[in-house]
Amino acid sequence: MKPADFEFMAAMLKSESGLVIGTDKIYLLESRLMPVARKKGMKDLEDLIANLRSRRDPRLLKDVTEAMTTNESFFFRDIKPFDLFRDVILPQMIEARAAKKSLRIWCAAASSGQEPYSLAMIVKEASARMAGWRIEIVGTDISTEMLEKAKAGIYSQFEVQRGLPIQMLVKYFKKDEESWRIDPALRAMVQFREFNLLRDLKALGQFDVVFCRNVLIYFDQATKGQVLEGISRQMPSDGVLFLGGAETVLGISDRFKPLPGYRGVYGLSDGPGAAPAAGAPPGPAAPTAGTRPLPGKPAFPTKR
Amino acid sequence: MKSCLIVDDSKVIRMVASKIMNELEFKPIEAADGQEALDACLKALPDAVLLDWNMPVMSGIEFLRALRKLPGGDQPVVVFCTTENDITHIQEAMEAGANEYIMKPFDSEIIQAKFAQVGLL
Repeated sequence: MKPADFEFMAAMLKSESGLVIGTDKIYLLESRLMPVARKKGMKDLEDLIANLRSRRDPRLLKDVTEAMTTNESFFFRDIKPFDLFRDVILPQMIEARAAKKSLRIWCAAASSGQEPYSLAMIVKEASARMAGWRIEIVGTDISTEMLEKAKAGIYSQFEVQRGLPIQMLVKYFKKDEESWRIDPALRAMVQFREFNLLRDLKALGQFDVVFCRNVLIYFDQATKGQVLEGISRQMPSDGVLFLGGAETVLGISDRFKPLPGYRGVYGLSDGPGAAPAAGAPPGPAAPTAGTRPLPGKPAFPTKR
Repeated sequence: MKSCLIVDDSKVIRMVASKIMNELEFKPIEAADGQEALDACLKALPDAVLLDWNMPVMSGIEFLRALRKLPGGDQPVVVFCTTENDITHIQEAMEAGANEYIMKPFDSEIIQAKFAQVGLL
């Protein structure tokens, strides 16, 4: 690939999706975009790039962005965050919202649906404690293709074996020829929407819990900060954010603070139990409209 | 080092599984059918068992039922690994005391994921 072509593609992907690619990822660009070129009847990548340059066909632009941003996903990926959600965060939310009886969860990069469905399974298992609650799980992704798969809720034998405990498979899936189809009740718990994280998040509403895992790693610092800032505005003061194992808010955004003892889990800096960081100037902790302090004990007990 | 008893009548499968076990730092022990596996368990109980279903002499499910009756036989973590991939077989295995269930074909990633889920890793 010519350097000028690479630069053009890198700039285009950045502006379309926030994705940052270095020259070490040229192979990825080639391996993922060749199928797109072929599908469109173009002879090679040069042809595809020339086409993008001259016509800026929005459909082609979308296909290219999707091919570069779609990622593998599996059920209960990394296990730990889901354990923390089930054992710590969900019980806290059940207590804190006992009167309101509502919970909104957002999976910011739902991909083919495994993450929101994993959360749906956890919530379903807790349903005895949440009778009469309004529970919404919203899964968004930039890729139409991935969302179609997520909405269908049909997974291959390989996919259902990666991360999904066998008891959960038996309980929540039906075998459909060689594939496995998710239980309609679980399917109905999740809404899927196409959404670009670079846009204004207000349209999605407020969320008590946000899973934004393994997305920020593809963005540059400024974009990471912008997305985190956006997420923080869509949360109540005791909202909780889950990031991927290789991601952090440190040095990127001061809107969130890590919850001590719970790796990859973050609360709002001006949320309940917030302690000023050592050496930090006593900044004006202006409460966001709609936030309310929680009575009683701090929402996030420190694990010792 | 933890041990894993690999029970399968296919030599190729045993070889592939042994290689994966070495990578996961398990000591692999091989058995070609349920009876051989049971004999091995009578000598020393393994930490884990990777178990095929259909085998000559003694099937995987018969082995599992016999294992669970042995003194300390509730200890080994048993993961079925079979081409039987319908709900009925899975439920039968779980009722007989299996801890996890892999549907063939498998790869090292699936074994690793399943072993992690049952706390072996």
